[in-house]
Amino acid sequence: MKRFLGFVRKEFIHIFRDYRTLFILFGIPVAEILIFGFAISMDIKNAGVAFLDLSHDEITHKLSDKIISSGFFRKTEDLLSYNDIDKVLKKGHTKAVIIFEEDFGRNLIREGKASLSIIADGSEPNTATLITNYTTAIVNDFNMGLAGTQVSSALKIIPEVKMFYNPNLQSHFMFVPGVITLILILICALMTSVTITREKEFGTMEVLLVSPLRPVQIILGKVTPYFILSFINVLLILALAWFVFGLPVKGSLVLLLAETMLYILMSLSLGILISTVSSTMQQAIFISLIGLLLPTILLSGFIFPIENMPSVYDYVSLIVPPRYFIVIIKNIMIKGTGLMYIWKETLILAAMTTVFIAISIRKFKIRLE
Amino acid sequence: MQKAIDTSAICKRFGNTTALSNISFSVNESEVFGFIGPDGAGKTTLMRIITTLMLPDSGDINVLGKNCRTEFKELRKEIGYMPGRFSLYQDLSVEENLEFYATVFGTSVKENYDLIYDIYSHIEPFKKRLAGKLSGGMKQKLALSCALIHKPRLLVLDEPTTGVDAVSRSEFWDMLGKLRQYNITILVSTPYMDEAMRCDRVALIQNGNLLAIDTPGEVRNGYGRKLFSVKSADKYKLIIALRSLNETITSFPFGESVHVTFKNDRIPENLNSLLQNQGINDALTEETEAGIEDRFLELMQTAGPSFVKTTEGKAARQ
Repeated sequence: MKRFLGFVRKEFIHIFRDYRTLFILFGIPVAEILIFGFAISMDIKNAGVAFLDLSHDEITHKLSDKIISSGFFRKTEDLLSYNDIDKVLKKGHTKAVIIFEEDFGRNLIREGKASLSIIADGSEPNTATLITNYTTAIVNDFNMGLAGTQVSSALKIIPEVKMFYNPNLQSHFMFVPGVITLILILICALMTSVTITREKEFGTMEVLLVSPLRPVQIILGKVTPYFILSFINVLLILALAWFVFGLPVKGSLVLLLAETMLYILMSLSLGILISTVSSTMQQAIFISLIGLLLPTILLSGFIFPIENMPSVYDYVSLIVPPRYFIVIIKNIMIKGTGLMYIWKETLILAAMTTVFIAISIRKFKIRLE
Repeated sequence: MQKAIDTSAICKRFGNTTALSNISFSVNESEVFGFIGPDGAGKTTLMRIITTLMLPDSGDINVLGKNCRTEFKELRKEIGYMPGRFSLYQDLSVEENLEFYATVFGTSVKENYDLIYDIYSHIEPFKKRLAGKLSGGMKQKLALSCALIHKPRLLVLDEPTTGVDAVSRSEFWDMLGKLRQYNITILVSTPYMDEAMRCDRVALIQNGNLLAIDTPGEVRNGYGRKLFSVKSADKYKLIIALRSLNETITSFPFGESVHVTFKNDRIPENLNSLLQNQGINDALTEETEAGIEDRFLELMQTAGPSFVKTTEGKAARQ
């Protein structure tokens, strides 16, 4: 035990003495949360919208005010005719034009029905979809308001869209779990594989092997510091998500942390596995980045929904561990479900961990090759 | 008497290259045993097999009475190993490195301080310095301290003096000499022939074959011919001239002079005039004693399968 603690102490010295390691451990998670949160926001904020109001009545004014005051849109121009639409969109500041038909207000009151068109700049499909969705939602909301007052026959315009769990479709609800998933697997697998191959590369492994240390002691000694630091990392990310973006953990925090520990363990065992098959740090970094980063981003459902993928990728994604953790963490954080709904994924992760550890211990070389 | 190391017919191949072929030798307890040979001779492979880091393809090896294949776990507690290249943690300080190796071997620096005192006291003033920032000689002393900290029964040093200045090399061998009083068997490899004289016994190794095993004195005495040293201001021209003579068997540069053997083991009568014909007027020839290096070159020249057998026979006789 004393040997083991001595080893762990040495690992901590390695980590704290190397600023680059520290930066990767704590700088990157914070940076990624902030970048994903602010820069690569999937929400729209102050998108330029022009209005073509052919009716100019009380209701169109109210509705356009409501749209602008939502905070998502900013009025760029008031147009006078259909001919201006093309021009104003080409300028680029305006992402969409909202058109109220002639006699909009009167039609709405008399016939209980009025048309509103949204012409969005399709060259930016993401923004266009978002703008139409947001506008639709605002108009629906407006309808509801009307329903309570003058007109009794409720729904007037366009289909009903309602977002469960994330009513405003705020994207940090999506990316915080995604970033946790990505960062944990990267840091745990990358760091452990690098730190073990570093011993090989510097020749210190040779001396460790000729010592009474058992392979289990070497591996656990390497992994324990990273387990502790990764766990601190998760707490840091959750705190950041809470304080900066106001993202709560809906489900049980204890369950979330327990599942996270399982995932950290899985990632660490994957890192050990990588280190047993690579003999240089460069090799380990390469395998970790190509073998883990890309699949995690592309195939885990973090950014691209798995349901939308061709079935081949769907099958491939079955062996990507983050896929399961994303389901788990989203369920707990956003939907607030309990173990009942995620036991299957938990079991798969646990099984993967066991397999990785078993292979690593079998493959760990007690001699030089 | 129990042997510290006992091997028979060890072979090791890497792909198509034979690193060690049919190596048999034994090392007595508390002996300083040297492996002498050029780079690529197989010294490191042999040391790795002895330290249980590698398994031989065939052959038996017992170290400290334990089988290297099956009892390597117990064996690893009793071996101190210093690999060929500096393999301590560069980002740990001198003190931290030493403490780490002490805990790994289940001991403490205090417990065996007297054993390393002679060596460690040289670097103790720099104990807060990172190991990566030490000079070559200091690194070597630290590595030796770390290899000794658990009081091993067998100390294996792979080319400890390579890349170290002459003064530090000499100091290092003095330290090894002082370790004799603790009954530690020391196995050391080196490419420097002059260091062989400081071992109790040496094994000459070349291309994975043992050429000879004996005390350094006996190895020198094994030289079969009379050896002559020829000196001239222009050494290069002298070698060419000597090699062109019918009477010359071998001629190799040795320090300031050229070591030559002649047919009939005597200086040819007309040597000076023959050399003068080639433009060398200042040749000075005298008989000299063969060194380890001369013996090594001689063995290399005659080394064939038959020769390996005779060396083995010699080893067995001892």
